[in-house]
Amino acid sequence: MSLWRIVYKSLRQHTFSTLITGLSIALAGALLMSVWAVKEQSHAAFTGLTGGFDAVLGVRSAKLQLVLNAIFHMEESPGNLALTDYFEIQKNPNVELAIPIAMGDNYRGHRLVGTIVEMFAQCEYAPGKRHAVKGHGRIFDPTAREALVGSFVAQKLGLKRGDVIHPFHGLIFDEKKEHSETYVVVGVLEPSNTPADRVIWIPLEGIQKMTGHDPQTASDISAILIKLKAGSAIAGQRLSLMYNKQGSRMTFAWPIGQIMAQLFNKIAWVDRVLELVAYLVGCVATASVLASIYNSMNERRREIAILRALGARRSAIFSVIILEAAAIAGLGMLASFFLYSGIMMTVASIVRAQTGVVLDPSAFHPVMIWAPLGMVGLSALAGVVPAVKAYRTDVAENLSPIS
Amino acid sequence: MSALEISDLHKTFLSPEGLPQPVIHVSAFELAERNQVALRGGSGSGKTTFLNLIAGILKPDAGMIKIAGREMSALSESERDRLRATTIGYIFQTFNLLQGYTCLENVLLGMSFGPGVDREFAKALLKRVGLSDRLKHYPRQLSTGQQQRVAVARALANRPKLVLADEPTGNLDQANAREVLGLIRETCGENRAALLLVSHDREVLGQFESVKEFHEINHPVTAREAAR
Ligand SMILES: Nc1ncnc2c1ncn2[C@@H]1O[C@H](COP(=O)(O)OP(=O)(O)OP(=O)(O)O)[C@@H](O)[C@H]1O
Ligand SMILES: [Mg+2]
Repeated sequence: MSLWRIVYKSLRQHTFSTLITGLSIALAGALLMSVWAVKEQSHAAFTGLTGGFDAVLGVRSAKLQLVLNAIFHMEESPGNLALTDYFEIQKNPNVELAIPIAMGDNYRGHRLVGTIVEMFAQCEYAPGKRHAVKGHGRIFDPTAREALVGSFVAQKLGLKRGDVIHPFHGLIFDEKKEHSETYVVVGVLEPSNTPADRVIWIPLEGIQKMTGHDPQTASDISAILIKLKAGSAIAGQRLSLMYNKQGSRMTFAWPIGQIMAQLFNKIAWVDRVLELVAYLVGCVATASVLASIYNSMNERRREIAILRALGARRSAIFSVIILEAAAIAGLGMLASFFLYSGIMMTVASIVRAQTGVVLDPSAFHPVMIWAPLGMVGLSALAGVVPAVKAYRTDVAENLSPIS
Repeated sequence: MSALEISDLHKTFLSPEGLPQPVIHVSAFELAERNQVALRGGSGSGKTTFLNLIAGILKPDAGMIKIAGREMSALSESERDRLRATTIGYIFQTFNLLQGYTCLENVLLGMSFGPGVDREFAKALLKRVGLSDRLKHYPRQLSTGQQQRVAVARALANRPKLVLADEPTGNLDQANAREVLGLIRETCGENRAALLLVSHDREVLGQFESVKEFHEINHPVTAREAAR
């Protein structure tokens, strides 16, 4: 009968407090792991998800707003560019691909984004990956009133090929602002786990010429997505200088990843606070291990005395208590992975709905190693307090008469 | 070599008022290998204290205790624990079974601190004390007499050289007492263990060839007496 067997017996004898303490460890562990995983994954997703572009060219405004608007389809559009701006940058020898986009309408809260077919035919949103159309669908005809629906929108609104949609004016859904045109869905995009899943793509001219839009600005575009030629960091700098320093009408937001990273740096304190809270909860949970074992020491003095009388060394008794603390934490951390999956699935669905960024609840994070190790280690350390008490238990005194 | 050799053993407790209360002073005591000796003494005469000293559960103030040739005071605490686990079997006045463990587990637990777990021998011992159909019972599911038998089996589990029995029949009726006592004596004989039994029960003591009066070997001297 090993020490583990004694530990097991003791946990069984205190099933209720073992469960409660284990649960508090599980909650704390799950919180700790989720905070880290969400932080790391969202950071990686938002700074890595460039949609395959290096830069955004838009009207003079904050770079962050341009990126959020043009890449993530969030926020208001800061203003418009002329189509001629597009023709100009398209001719730049350092630009591999330039895609104009126009926004200003929505369908039931999901943005309609006007663009050109090259967005799908040429742009690689990730190395080797192009936006593909599901099944028998196809890319819209740039001259027709046709729509290509992002996978998330299609799923959410139940849109499929052949459906007819009626756009509404503005980026925010308002039932009274229905346009008179209708668009026919000609395809649904395969999920790309990028913000492209969250919008409805229509031909550029569609947005520009929608009834009720000012005919004066009919050839305006909202922004230009730019992919530079490979190895053209210097080109990026040159374009940046040209548009941002020499010109004053437009802003060249480059590089996209870095701009998003700056956003994360600005809100890094939120992460810190969350981490701090998670650490504190972890400490509280560990303290509860200490308290629950310590409280049981009184009723266990006799048992310890008996074990000692049977020949158990002080060190063995000490180890039993430490192992017990570690075992409770270990069991709790096992359970915490289930809680973690639950939390992550919830968070992922919220983040996806809000931003189109997809978090992976099953992705591995180093926190999944160090959090369990940390919690078990810390609990074992907390176990030292009752273990010392157990270590000191006087044998003769506690072999008392009551049998 | 004797199973047990004692000389000049002293133990004094402090009363709640802080006054010294000498309980044990044994000048000389010896128990030969495989011998069985009973000590008779009244309640409060220090019998349990005496056995606890021998078992190394209590530390003597002075004196020598030699068990199977090894002197206790020369050993470190963990060596004494080891000696207790391997060489001594103790049947406690209050059984001291572990409540969370079955009969079999109680016996196995005794083994785990000693030479090692031997399931078959543990089962054989429990069968020997008539509990082969109670292996998975917990102490609270047993009668007092049955609990006493488990304690007997556990004390013999590590094939000790010396078995200490503290009032082993104190909680039993006469018929049971006779049976359990017979069992202890037989199993000690079978396992070649010396037996030191303490009791105040004439009935019990009647079964022993060798009965010694505890007060004849133990002369604690109070400070007041010493001053006289
Ligand atoms: N820890 C202690 N502190 C102070 N006095 C003690 C302590 N343990 C025992 N004594 C005293 O030592 C004396 C002997 O106690 P002990 O338990 O050895 O008696 P006993 O002979 O086993 O009695 P019984 O037959 O009732 O079991 C008692 O007077 C008791 O009050
Ligand atoms: Mg006694």
